[in-house]
Amino acid sequence: MTTVQQRRQQYRALFKQNVERRLLVDKIVRIIVFACVITAIIPLGSILVEIFKNGVAAIRMEFLTQVPGAIGTGEGGIGPAIQGTLIIIGLASLIGVPIGVLSGIFLSEYGDNKLARSVRFFNDVFMEFPSIVLGIFAFLVIVLVLGHFSVWAGAFALSLIMFPIVARTTEESLKMVPVTYREAGMALGLKKWIVTMRIVISAAKSGMITGILLSVSRIGGETAPLIMTILGSSQFFSSFDAPMDALPLRIWRLSLLPYDSAQLQGWGAALVLIIIILGINLAVRYFFMKKSSKSKLFGYAKKWW
Amino acid sequence: MELKKLQSSSKRKPLSDKIFKLGATIAGVYVLAIIVLMVFQLFSESYPVWEEEGFEFITKTDWNAVEGRESFGVLPYIFGTLVTAALAMMIGVPLSIGIAMFVSEAPAKIGNPLGFIVELLAAVPSVIYGLWGLFVFRIYFRDWIEIPLHNAFGDSIWLFSGTPFGLDIITASVVLAIMIIPTVSSVSREVMKAVPQQQKEAAYMLGATKWEMFKLAIFPYSKTGLIGASILGLGRAVGETMAVTMLIGNATGAAAIPSSLFKPSQTMSSIIANEFVEASPASLHLPAIIGVGLVLLLIAICINIVAHLLVRRMLKIKEGAINN
Repeated sequence: MTTVQQRRQQYRALFKQNVERRLLVDKIVRIIVFACVITAIIPLGSILVEIFKNGVAAIRMEFLTQVPGAIGTGEGGIGPAIQGTLIIIGLASLIGVPIGVLSGIFLSEYGDNKLARSVRFFNDVFMEFPSIVLGIFAFLVIVLVLGHFSVWAGAFALSLIMFPIVARTTEESLKMVPVTYREAGMALGLKKWIVTMRIVISAAKSGMITGILLSVSRIGGETAPLIMTILGSSQFFSSFDAPMDALPLRIWRLSLLPYDSAQLQGWGAALVLIIIILGINLAVRYFFMKKSSKSKLFGYAKKWW
Repeated sequence: MELKKLQSSSKRKPLSDKIFKLGATIAGVYVLAIIVLMVFQLFSESYPVWEEEGFEFITKTDWNAVEGRESFGVLPYIFGTLVTAALAMMIGVPLSIGIAMFVSEAPAKIGNPLGFIVELLAAVPSVIYGLWGLFVFRIYFRDWIEIPLHNAFGDSIWLFSGTPFGLDIITASVVLAIMIIPTVSSVSREVMKAVPQQQKEAAYMLGATKWEMFKLAIFPYSKTGLIGASILGLGRAVGETMAVTMLIGNATGAAAIPSSLFKPSQTMSSIIANEFVEASPASLHLPAIIGVGLVLLLIAICINIVAHLLVRRMLKIKEGAINN
């Protein structure tokens, strides 16, 4: 016969053992989860370090401004590629941003019906389409029709990647504008489109700019759709109806060459590209997202307290 | 009198508003039109190959573009795509869910910056992953992982046979896994954050540790969304082109059927990237490649629709839960 005292002690021991095991499992999981984060950060660190380490050696003034030299000599530079990337980003934005912004306005201001719901859904699906298929599409409807490779085809393909992103971010940021702003405008007797363009958009500006810049940084690194649309070239831009070079394309071509000098130039081009893209990304997040996430945080805080 | 005028004018929208609404609607419908036109165009331009090969285009394994001996079958590339994407999922998804767990439960001061750094992985262009994979990662991976595995198991287990050279299925898959981490982890994080606070508090109240709270409250609640996030990653992996093209070794035809982790293969997107420019529009080669594009597009559409439906369902539950 065990006394109550003894039984209590027994239970306590069992409990303690159980708790210890559970705490141990918890600790192990914590370590595993933290290790996951580290595992993901290592490649990012390695990519950045390697690009800077290898790329810096290639960066010289003539590397940035001149046309590529003869293959394998390591002379010349990536001038046309930098120029081409800037041109194609500009043209793609020219097509993609208006469509994206208007489409975002449609989703947010007229978005309470079946059509808008399906547009929103397919917008999300379209965002994940393989970019190379968008390139084929641009090839079929522009290059094949015109009969030659064309800068416009590349810009069109990139605009297809861009506009769904712009549309969704525009929609999200327009929705964050309080409905009272719109009502105030309406109460002044303004037409709906003036309310939207002048009041709502100016209130949602920073979110929209964030979306546009992020989509720019996304298309800046796109390679696949450019292969069959602007093809690549080693000359500076001559006309919209001719092949053109772009940084990602140049990196790809350089990486296929079996020369050390080409490899070095590839790293140099990668450094230029990643500075452009990470620069846009970091700047956007620092300047714009900070503001919105702060207000969001305050919103949450209000909810909880 | 004035009131009547006002009322009638409020019923009739001004013309400029109508035009504005029409413009916005056209921009919205643009995406639907593009999708329909895209499928139609790809089908009509690849029609010659469907006519020539019929359904065998999907089931045949040889790929020969030489004139007179033309024969096109995409089966190896479909396999290549699915195998690399599946391997990438097997590596990438657990890591991503781990990251999402960490970021969603760590104190905001540590969690947010780390989450941000992980998301920066998404900003790195695909071609740079390719370059890094080709000149840096491949070397380490071959020397430290592939060769030891091959030496230990190469003769006995078919998975590890072949010659470890670095340009093969497993290298491409690992790099793909890194590339899908930001997508999967950020969607998973959203989904986990959508779990109502009450559920978590209830679990804690029962004396759960953090891990038990995940098991009791978060995982059952966010299962659908997590699966959706993973499928979203799968869609990314299936469509990814440049990094895979640079790393997979580019075998063609029957040789591209994945038979070992250490063998070169080919995916649908990489065969397009490799052969599109050389393909002559006059022969069957170009229609065949466009046909590959069509197959890839259809697979990607299916995957993404399923993924979005799952994620959306989950996030809808969240809205209801918060409003109550």
